[in-house]
Amino acid sequence: MKLNLFLTLSAFLFCLGVYGMLARRNAVMILMSIELMLNAININLVAFGALHGNLTGQIFAFFVIAVAAAEVGIGLAIVLLIYRNRASVNVDDVDLMKG
Amino acid sequence: MQLGDYLPIAVMGLLALIFGGASYVLSGLLAPRKPTPEKLQPYECGIVPEYEPPQRFPVQFYLIAVIFIAFDIEVIFMYPWAVRMRDLGMFGFALMGSFMVMLIVPLIYIIREGVLDWAPRRRHSRDELIARYRAEHEAAAREEAA
Amino acid sequence: MLIADAIAAPPSDWWAIAPQLVLGGTAVVIILMICVKRVDPGWNALVAAVGTVASGVFAWEQWRQVTTDANPRLAYSGMIAVDGFSAFLVLVVCVAAFLGVLLADQYFKREGIDRGEYYALLLFSACGMQFMAAANNLVMVFVALELLSICLYVLSAWNRDDSRSQEAGAKYLLLGAYSSAILLFGIALLYGGTGTTNLARMAEIFSENVTREPGLVLLGMVFVIVGLGFKIAAVPFHMWTPDVYQGAPTPVVGFMASGAKIAGFAGLFRVLETGLAAFEFDWQPLLVGLAIVTMLGGSILAIAQRDVKRMLAYSSIAHAGFILTGLASGTAAGVRGALFYLVAYVFMIAGAFGVVALLARRGERYTSLDDYRDMFRREPVLATVLAFFLFAMAGIPGTSGFVAKFAVFTGVADAHQWVLLTVGTVASVISAYFYLRLVVYMYMRPEVDEGEAQPAALPRVRWAPATVVALVLTVFFTIQLGILPQGLLDMAGKATLLF
Repeated sequence: MKLNLFLTLSAFLFCLGVYGMLARRNAVMILMSIELMLNAININLVAFGALHGNLTGQIFAFFVIAVAAAEVGIGLAIVLLIYRNRASVNVDDVDLMKG
Repeated sequence: MQLGDYLPIAVMGLLALIFGGASYVLSGLLAPRKPTPEKLQPYECGIVPEYEPPQRFPVQFYLIAVIFIAFDIEVIFMYPWAVRMRDLGMFGFALMGSFMVMLIVPLIYIIREGVLDWAPRRRHSRDELIARYRAEHEAAAREEAA
Repeated sequence: MLIADAIAAPPSDWWAIAPQLVLGGTAVVIILMICVKRVDPGWNALVAAVGTVASGVFAWEQWRQVTTDANPRLAYSGMIAVDGFSAFLVLVVCVAAFLGVLLADQYFKREGIDRGEYYALLLFSACGMQFMAAANNLVMVFVALELLSICLYVLSAWNRDDSRSQEAGAKYLLLGAYSSAILLFGIALLYGGTGTTNLARMAEIFSENVTREPGLVLLGMVFVIVGLGFKIAAVPFHMWTPDVYQGAPTPVVGFMASGAKIAGFAGLFRVLETGLAAFEFDWQPLLVGLAIVTMLGGSILAIAQRDVKRMLAYSSIAHAGFILTGLASGTAAGVRGALFYLVAYVFMIAGAFGVVALLARRGERYTSLDDYRDMFRREPVLATVLAFFLFAMAGIPGTSGFVAKFAVFTGVADAHQWVLLTVGTVASVISAYFYLRLVVYMYMRPEVDEGEAQPAALPRVRWAPATVVALVLTVFFTIQLGILPQGLLDMAGKATLLF
């Protein structure tokens, strides 16, 4: 069945994103992993939209794209702020507060 | 799906090809040519650099990139509306109008904050800059002569 | 074919989103003010305060209409629900935003980072919280959550030259975006299982045919609980909370701790109680477990903290556990208690962080437990106020904290969930320990080693009028809700009935 292919692809990409989020130490790569997760969900939404024959999934995907852009814009701004201060975007270096 | 549906795309592609080719050929034929050594260099862009550019690059460009992402993505909300514009009528138009207003407000803000200023505000007039440049050059020439 | 054939303009029910429109509009006005001319940000704060009050008036009017004559209704093709629950929480968000605005001005002036944009972002965030409270559609839930979160990411990194604030912003952003993605995956699965994102329609589908794709729905439900669990800082998903609360500017923390938690709980209540009511037997045990570990985890981990902001962060985690308890009980009384708890919590946490912001001095240097030694002598008024909030959070009778815990536990007892009740009581006792410890610290003399010079006395904390108003309000309502809680309890009861 076709739907299963899309769902499998989406789940695979989502897991890839989760792995990147957990394994990568570079803040920019983490942001990219989050993008990957969101886009995996977009595939999911559009595939489900086709399954159910309504437009909700596609419209939702639009919103997800827009939100992801905003999130990544803010994310890069904050990462740059940290880079300017510490000349590193490694999340292991961001550890002033612990406990 | 009929093959005829793709005709506009083919015409579009053809037009793009003609336009691109014509601009290339015509500019080659019509443009005046006064070659200088600098202009004949492989990467001719403006003045000849006298030293390697510093490692830093202005952060403003990054801000512009981020702002571009945000504004770029908003266009996707216009596509569905554009496809069914006539059916949506005034209601859709009003909604899109309010959406555009919501986009213009941050744009005004960005301009007022000076994010779109490409270079630091010019503090010297053009004549001043030219005069200073000449003075520096003359000083350098005198040093070389000495 | 996917394309709808006839498109009719949906009726515009402006009244349904009036509070949100007012808040968002005020934020836009503030930005335009800044574009025209930068004035003292105090003026922006004034506009913001007026905006939140106006929004509150609209919310109150909505509340009055919904509870007296008009029936609860859906607006904007089922995107927005106008019922007691939404009107109640929209009103609470107005309160949180109002306190957030009042507490901000003095702090940011002191730190030298006062810019008018702060108030615009705060209002946009509050607008997202209100939309979250009124959302009846998963699309709305997601967009509202992102609106409030993205603004909060920026607000946490507001003190951009302070590396702690930067760190707070980065951590909040990375983990917040991650949790949003998880929530969104859950939403996509729920949509896949039912073919709709409208929560009311989803409930209808389940009542018609419960067995339709239960696997997808259950998986989606778990993902949604995890995603929103991050937002309300429930225990396995709380890792970001202490760092963000410690690093972010304190007034931001006050607003974030109150507002974001209201919104997270609003989303959780709405999705589970409206959309997934048919699956109550599946999500209830999850929430019970979550509530237990959250209450215990928050209370126990708070004991180890030496930083007051960090301690309050863990305390807010414990509070989230108590509020979850009300929802997990699955009774009307429990949900009523949870809503009451949310209101009481907003006043307590905003007030406590307000005092901490004042006592921390410029640069937020004095936030460790040792800095609070002898506070009753140095700053008698502020120390008394802080001690009062700590007593309230610990649940001493006569304060709103006591009534709130009592209301929640009544619901739990109604449901005969004795494990939850026992753990809740134990967690209350544990949390009382670290609240009272801070009070004791404020009585203690400073430790001075032999031969070391006496530390120079800090100048007295100065009070700005807005801060005074905010603290008086929070103290007043914490007492008032502790002594005469019936009015708000009735309101909370009505808010749950009209789901």
